[in-house]
Formats: sequence, C-alpha cells, structure tokens
Amino acid sequence: MTAALGTKVAAAAPVIPNFGGGGTCVRQNKLFCWDWFSAHWGDTFQPALLDHIKLTLIAVGIGFAISFVAALVAYRFARFETPFSVFSGILYTIPSAALFQLLVPVTGLTTTTVEIALVSYTLLILFRNIVVGLRGVPEDVREAARGMGLTRRQTLLRVELPLAVPAILAGVQVATVTVISLATIAAFIVDQGLGSPIFKAIPTTFNTEFIAAGALTTGLALAAYLLIAVAQRLLTPWARRARPA
Amino acid sequence: MNDFTDAFKFMGDNTDLLFSKTGEQLQLCGAAIGISLLIAIPLGLWLGHIHRGAWLAINVSNVGRALPSLAVIAIGLGILGLGFVNVMVALIVLAVPPILTNAYVAIDGVEGDAVEAARGMGMNPLQVLLRVELPLALPLLFAGIRTAAVYVVATGTLAAEAGGGGLGEIIFNQASYRLAGVLAAAMWVTALALLVEGALALVQRLVTPAGLRRRAPAVGPVVETAGTTT
Repeated sequence: MTAALGTKVAAAAPVIPNFGGGGTCVRQNKLFCWDWFSAHWGDTFQPALLDHIKLTLIAVGIGFAISFVAALVAYRFARFETPFSVFSGILYTIPSAALFQLLVPVTGLTTTTVEIALVSYTLLILFRNIVVGLRGVPEDVREAARGMGLTRRQTLLRVELPLAVPAILAGVQVATVTVISLATIAAFIVDQGLGSPIFKAIPTTFNTEFIAAGALTTGLALAAYLLIAVAQRLLTPWARRARPA
Repeated sequence: MNDFTDAFKFMGDNTDLLFSKTGEQLQLCGAAIGISLLIAIPLGLWLGHIHRGAWLAINVSNVGRALPSLAVIAIGLGILGLGFVNVMVALIVLAVPPILTNAYVAIDGVEGDAVEAARGMGMNPLQVLLRVELPLALPLLFAGIRTAAVYVVATGTLAAEAGGGGLGEIIFNQASYRLAGVLAAAMWVTALALLVEGALALVQRLVTPAGLRRRAPAVGPVVETAGTTT
C-alpha cells in the first residue's frame, strides 16, 4: 500500500497550482514566463537538473561496467553473444513506463528501482557497440600484434581496445542520451530529475513549467551528445580522417 | 509477489478494458507510424538515390535520438495543449528520424556496380530505384521502421499524460486502478511492445531478398545507423 501512496504523491500536484508570484504572464498562462522561471530556478530547476545528471551518470556508469564485461566475454567466447543480445534486446524493448512500474513491487519506490530500469536500457546499446568495435579491428592489425609477440591480454589492452574506442564512445553517446530521456519518466517513481516538474505541471497545465523542464532536458541531452562527440574526437586523433560511412 | 497475483486477477476481470485501451494505443501508434512513413520514406529514398543530403539525413537522426520523448510531449503541451494533435506531433517527431536515416543509408549504400548494371540495361532512374536499389535496401530500411515502431509504442504509453489515451491511461492512474491495474497494464504494454518487435522482425526477414539473407543482421531491435556506430 505504501507503493500506492508514494506514486500518488509523486504524480499528483495540487489541482489549484501555486504558481508563485502572480505576474500577469503567469496568470494568463502565457507560453513562457521568464520571471517565474528565474524565480524558481534555485528551488526547482537547478536541483532537478543536478539530480537528473546524477541519475544519468550512475546508470551509464553501471551499465558500462556490466556491458563491458559481457562484451569481453562475448568477444572471447562467441556463443555468449546471442543470449546476451536477446536478453538486453528484450529489456530494451519494454516500454519504460511499464518497466518502472513492474519493478515497484520488487524494489519499491526507490532510486534503486529507477537505476535498475535505466541501466537495463543501456545494456543493449553499450554491449552491441563494444562488441562491434572490437570485431571491427582489422585482422592485419591483430596479426601484427601477434607477430610482435604480444600476448592475448596485451593485444586486447594495447591494440584492440584503443582501436575500438570510437565505436565504444558512440555507444556511450547513444546510451547517455537515451538515459537522459528515460530518466524524465523516472520522476513517476521518485520525485527526482527534470521529469518531476513535467509531471507536476500536467494537472495544472502550467505552460512555463512544461516548456522550461522540457527545454532543460532537451538541452541536457544535446549537451551530453556534443560533449561525448568532442571527447571522441580528442581521444581518437587517428580516426579523424577516413572513417568509413 | 502478491501484487503480481492481483495484477493477473485484474487482467482476468478487466479484459475488455485492457483490449479497448490496447486498441486505442494501436490506433494512435499506427497513425503516427503511417504518417511518419509518408514523410520519411520518400524523402529518404530520394536523397539516397541522388546521394545527397547525407548531412541532413544522418544528423536528423542524431538530434532526434537526443530529444527526450517526455520533453517533446511537455513542450508540445505548452504549445499545442492537451490532446491528440500534441501526442501525434510528438510521436512523429520521434519516429521520422530513424526511418529517414535508415532509408537514406540503405539506398545510399547500394553497391554502385549494381546500379551501373541496371542503368546499362536501359532502366530509367525510377526503375533503378524501384527494381534495384529498393529491394537491396529493404532490410536496412525495414530495420529503421522497426526501431521507430518500438519507440512509438513505448512513447505512446506516455501519451496518456497528454490526453492521448491508450494503456498509459491505466499505468499513470494508480489512484483509480490501484497497483494491480497498473501492473496488469504494464505487463500488457510490455507484451504489446515485444509482439510488435517480434512481428516486425519476422516481416523484416520476409522482405529480405533471399540473396541477402545470410548477411542479415543478428537479432535485436536496434540496428545502429551509420551516424552512430561509425
């Protein structure tokens, strides 16, 4: 029953909204009221943004660790690839709104629930890209490494993984953006992140809150996307020319 | 685990409700996919055929991927208000990019020799597109549609928040349907997504020309497009 109560609290904002302040813009519910936004940046949007970033970093971090190990195993023993692909593919296909709810009876209305769901959406993307990156290392290069007397582990660490970095980072990029997107829905479970002002604004139909939270989430996703793209360029100077399409 | 037992009981007692909500959601998603196909396929085929606009075709999908669906719906709520139109726009915004990108990449990637041969046989550009490029591009093209469809079914669940109806109406309304109803609808929508994914995977296999089948991508809903993995 606690579950039911908690969700209600997270989902239901007061029907008569406390828009705070009472400028004409807010009273007429114009598209975007800058005053209201700046007045509530400190108590609503900034904490939500920071929570959102925290949720995302934890999920991508854990997801990467799991996928990395799984990908190394699948790279070494090819028969593990299909089972993990299918497993992570099924997780990826489950609509997020459903997955969050299905975990509630098991792990409750907690950050754990949110993180489990978010991590499960990163697995397919990260696993696939790490494996593809490793497989994409040209056979000649591998041969050359062997010819130089590198052991299997040395080849992996010094040759294969560095060459796989662009594909791996492309995976991290997509996974991060996906998690930023899905973490908004997590606000339905715990009152955290940028989804929380969105869900709160729904019963009140207060435009500024929708647009501010929506734009911040979109901005965060685009910023993360660009940041990782820049990291990818910096980390792989050799890949700058002649990347096959 | 009692919660899940209750959820199955709810399913048994409310089959009609679940079916009608599923119908609503399928209608919404079907319409969104349909419109997205009408927009994205011709554009993607054309750009791929003339080998132009790679920048547009690939970046649209990167940007599209970066758009959080709930944020798109929220911004739509601000601009378009509650209702069907908002939800439709949001779903189309999310569905067009993967279809467009894959259509472009698929056609653009058809081997030049095959196109050359077709031209040498006297086919006109339209024939080259329809009889040579399109069949060879179908698997990848279809992978884009599949990605989009799975996106749309998942996001269609959120549509309830913007007055779009569907199973999300139950999932996001614990006050009326209790945890049992929420869980039942969540399982139902999960099954729906997996079914759509499975059915489209099957269709993708069927539309793959026999000669290409051995090269067909392995299982999994996302076929990373050129813009991301390379």
